[in-house]
Amino acid sequence: MVESIIQDISIESLRNGDRAEFAQLVDAYSAPIYRLGLRMLGNEQDAEDVLQNTFLSALTHLPAFEGRSSVLTWLYRIAVNEALMILRRGKPEVNIDDTDLSDDNDQISPTQFVDWGALPEDELLSSEGKQALDTAIQNLPENLRMVFLLRDIQDLSIKDTADTLNLTEANVKVRLLRARLLLREQLSYYYGERMMKEKSNG
Amino acid sequence: MAESTHETCEGLLGSLSDYIDGDLGAELCRQIEKHIAECEDCRIVVDTTRKTVDLVHASNDPQTGLPDDVRDRLYKRLNLDDYLKPSAK
Repeated sequence: MVESIIQDISIESLRNGDRAEFAQLVDAYSAPIYRLGLRMLGNEQDAEDVLQNTFLSALTHLPAFEGRSSVLTWLYRIAVNEALMILRRGKPEVNIDDTDLSDDNDQISPTQFVDWGALPEDELLSSEGKQALDTAIQNLPENLRMVFLLRDIQDLSIKDTADTLNLTEANVKVRLLRARLLLREQLSYYYGERMMKEKSNG
Repeated sequence: MAESTHETCEGLLGSLSDYIDGDLGAELCRQIEKHIAECEDCRIVVDTTRKTVDLVHASNDPQTGLPDDVRDRLYKRLNLDDYLKPSAK
């Protein structure tokens, strides 16, 4: 696992420009960073740009890395910033700052009450089901998607997610809940329709 | 959601993430379980939100490696060609 590999990596050696140590860092983290880029940007070319730029930036800034956060959080922070730069090329309005979220509480009220949770696993995880899930994730607003990707896909803690995005933990929790509820709504539409079709087909 | 339990439904929603992540104290869990035993809509929201998070985890394979060509170009860009190990695949 990444965590056990990373325990063997010496921050001191990285700071001193040890190339073998840096290669080990790249080996441990390139796959999760590439996946994060893919999820954030939705295409392979942009994900590859994020991956390369993240490690190039890490190489430049390693001597100044103070170790106040974990290397993982630090790398993710660079990757998120690289991805945001690419996102803003197409959509300059993209903003994930710690703005007040209290004005739009409406979006967290569930409207779909289809009981699809008991559907068989192979149906929920069919290729079509996975596609519906990917589309739903891709459709989340950026400020929710970033939090969701780091917490539920990359498996960061609430604290590490907050540190990575420079948000408060309370804000991360609000955004995570909204993201999960929005996904639940979209999946409820999708599986609700499937359940209706199955019923009408007998 | 039932209008008569509106406040409790709202309260439950605020703690939903902590509840499904197992980060809620025993007393609050007990309150939520009592509420969802009586409120079918909230029971469905809790079950399907948990299922949503489960599906996200199940469909995300952390072992998925980097495509070989992407990995080659990365090592080349970083001048680490001599550390390029054969793919684990």
